[in-house]
Amino acid sequence: MSTIHTTTTSWFFACNTSDVPTNGGVCVKYKEEQIALFYFARRNEWYATQNLCPHRQQMALSRGMTGTVKDEPKVACPFHKKTFSLKDGRCLSDETECSLTTYPVKIVDDKVYIGVDAVMEMADAQI
Amino acid sequence: MVGYKFCEKMIARHSLHPSELVVFGEEPRPAYDRVHLTSWFDGKTADDLLLATAEWYVENGIRLHLGDPVLRIDRENKTVQSHKGVVESYDYLVIATGSAAFVPPVPGMDKKGVFIYRTIEDLEMMKAFAPNARSGAVIGGGLLGLEAAKALLDLGIANTHVIEFSSRLMPRQIDDQGSAILQNKLASLGLKVLTGKNTREILGDDAITGLQFADDTILETDILVVSAGIKPRDELAKAAGLTTGPRGGILVNEQMQTSDPFIYSIGECALFNNMIYGLVAPGYEMAEVAASHITGEAKSFTGFDMSTKLKLIGVDVASFGDPFADPESCHSIVFEDKYKGTYKRINITTDGQFLLGGILIGDAAAYNMLLQTTRNKMVLPANPEDLLLGASRGTSDAGAGVTALPDEAMICSCENVSKGAICQAVTDGHETLDDIKKCTKAGTCCGGCTPMVKDLITATMKAQGKYIRNVVCEHFAYSRQEMLDLIKVKSLRSFDEVLDHYGEGEGCEVCKPVVASILASLWNDMILDKGNDTAQDSNDRYLANIQKGGTYSVVPRIPGGEITPEKLSIIGEIGTKYNLYTKITGGQRIDLFGAHLSDLPNIWEELIAAGFESGHAYGKALRTVKSCVGSTWCRFGLHDSVSFAIRIEERYRGLRAPHKLKSAVSGCIRECAEAQSKDFGIIATEKGWNLYVCGNGGSKPQHAQLLAADIDSETCIRYIDRFLMFYIKTADPLTRTATWLNKLDGGMDYLRNVVLNDSLGIAAQLEAEMQMLVDNYKCEWREVVENPELRKRFSHFINAPEDKDPTVKFETMRAQKKAAEWK
Repeated sequence: MSTIHTTTTSWFFACNTSDVPTNGGVCVKYKEEQIALFYFARRNEWYATQNLCPHRQQMALSRGMTGTVKDEPKVACPFHKKTFSLKDGRCLSDETECSLTTYPVKIVDDKVYIGVDAVMEMADAQI
Repeated sequence: MVGYKFCEKMIARHSLHPSELVVFGEEPRPAYDRVHLTSWFDGKTADDLLLATAEWYVENGIRLHLGDPVLRIDRENKTVQSHKGVVESYDYLVIATGSAAFVPPVPGMDKKGVFIYRTIEDLEMMKAFAPNARSGAVIGGGLLGLEAAKALLDLGIANTHVIEFSSRLMPRQIDDQGSAILQNKLASLGLKVLTGKNTREILGDDAITGLQFADDTILETDILVVSAGIKPRDELAKAAGLTTGPRGGILVNEQMQTSDPFIYSIGECALFNNMIYGLVAPGYEMAEVAASHITGEAKSFTGFDMSTKLKLIGVDVASFGDPFADPESCHSIVFEDKYKGTYKRINITTDGQFLLGGILIGDAAAYNMLLQTTRNKMVLPANPEDLLLGASRGTSDAGAGVTALPDEAMICSCENVSKGAICQAVTDGHETLDDIKKCTKAGTCCGGCTPMVKDLITATMKAQGKYIRNVVCEHFAYSRQEMLDLIKVKSLRSFDEVLDHYGEGEGCEVCKPVVASILASLWNDMILDKGNDTAQDSNDRYLANIQKGGTYSVVPRIPGGEITPEKLSIIGEIGTKYNLYTKITGGQRIDLFGAHLSDLPNIWEELIAAGFESGHAYGKALRTVKSCVGSTWCRFGLHDSVSFAIRIEERYRGLRAPHKLKSAVSGCIRECAEAQSKDFGIIATEKGWNLYVCGNGGSKPQHAQLLAADIDSETCIRYIDRFLMFYIKTADPLTRTATWLNKLDGGMDYLRNVVLNDSLGIAAQLEAEMQMLVDNYKCEWREVVENPELRKRFSHFINAPEDKDPTVKFETMRAQKKAAEWK
């Protein structure tokens, strides 16, 4: 008997929009994970990535400075100023560096929700 | 050097005119850089000084006979025979035997401890003898003599005299008035000068003990270096029957041919038009002429400008054109500043149209421009004195000057590179100094033209619209200084306002801290207010220094390093309570490491309750004012350095600047507080304080320089106010004071003029601005501790404020914790 794996996004409540400093980040706890959440107030955009900087394995990205390079939103790690795209998580300052996992964010009634993959296992018998 | 240059010129022509080159040299090593001979004492090795390695000769097919001088020329059979018996035939022979030191016929020259100053071997012998000598003397006050005197100082012989036969130093380059200024400068460096002294005899039985002069005075000395001029090495030519001058030198024509058309002579052994050219640049020109003539071109040597600029023991000396023009046919403008030790003289035609020559001592920044003005017969401005004063007034810069030069203007006279050639190279895409050096050779010999080459690169790129402005980043098309002025004029208070007015995009990790720092330097508002918290660099945002593992360190201010036992105990208790690693810093304070983000406000609440305040160790701000214990306890102390350090630290605490600021106060000349390694350092003197500025430790250490001497405490603070504010307003981002000064047009003289003489008329404004910052100071940690909204921001998880980062790990070392090593 085979199993089909499909993924779907499940949304969890992170915090209120007013908890996040304008043009900055906070760290959100989700189960045993740490997710960095960023708010670009000037263009009303939200982004979320892993909080761990892959360079030196430090839980620090939420404390980094946000900004743009040619309109692409980015964050700079406070440790060594490696910069990562918030769109796709790739490292902008060092091509050989690992990319970040990114997460979708949605705002409903001034509440911030972050989307994480939920693995659905369904036996084909049930289809 | 000239012989090597000739080889280089012949190799360059090799494809068109293949030739077989054989070189004989008397010394045991290939040609080396005699111009920079003194640098051998600064630690350069003989190999560093080589112009080319023995391999270079091999690679270019040149046969090299070292330590084997030619003894005989057989002109009839066109052969030479060397000391070791090698016989080589020639089509053309080039004699570049240079010169030897001229040794005046004074009895006793053969005594131990008497040296000449000419070759690396001479230097080696001097160095071996120097440890026996406590006092030294140099005969000869010319260029080389002063170099030799420096060599003696470098060898540790502090008591050194220079003896000059004529009435002044460097008689061929500078006048009496200039010599007097130079002598004063040298005296302050520990070098004593005796002029008008004719040495009659060298005293001592076996080794030298002193000098007896014609005026019956005696100078005691243990070592003597003779550097009284040069004597062309023409003995080989003379023996071969070539024509030589009555006072030496091998006679040559405009093509550098001797009286035998197959034999050429170049460099210091050649006599052209009754003149021996004892500089490297004309020697190189002679090499070019000889090489071109041998290969069938028609260049000729028509004499050479003997203008020269050099740094003698740290003192700029330059002489150009006709430095002693006849007062009948010219007017001289003379500027003398005995306080600073500068002397400048220019000679202009009686109609005021053209520059004939001049002398610069103490500050030769204008040399290149003045030399070009002379050489190219450029018409002078209406007020020719501006040529002397312009640079130090800071109004006209040399950059504006280079564009006015004609294309033929010779920029690098050592390598014969014109302005046109340099500009062409820049146009061809060589846009850095290194590139230009590589492709044109300009600036590779004496290096004197380097500033001008840089200006030409900038000017040429500017003309092509390529010049890249010194802007902050892609979000702000302004320099830091421009940003500061704009933000001040519009009274902007937040990063967002500044971005709205002058920027584009969202900002980034480069411009955000720059703007945040400017705002703090202008207004000294609480840095986490007005949405500026997220514009701060991460350490400033959390008012602590992030360390490995993501915890923070805490540094309370301990002004002047003075602390009561009670307060010391409290730091110990807090460290124990929060399990912090403690260490004494280099700035006489205590650093507490390993604090979780959420513990920071609690730790500071306790510190503030005990009377501590922020130490700003996390900011580009005033860090510490270190002090020695001073006159209250120390038996040598002149003033109370601790009290003054505390006063200084409390005045400038919280002051944000383009980079961190460190200071120190020493109670006497022993300088235990190391004030001369600080951005501003103060040392007690009998009469008051000496104020030093623009020093730093770190990767490129630089000593601070004396800004003002023997000033009282109030004046000292006023000068520091002006100095710091001027730095804050004009420096590029993340530029320490030392680097800022190095880039400042006019350097220390200019800065001293601004701070002491108020040359820009802004001193009162600078003081007022500083006073405002001082009055606005508040401890930012106190504000956080007392403000629940601000406190909330110091938690790791926004949705679990009580939880600490579970990934933080510590290890144990010497009974304290340390951060787990990162990957």
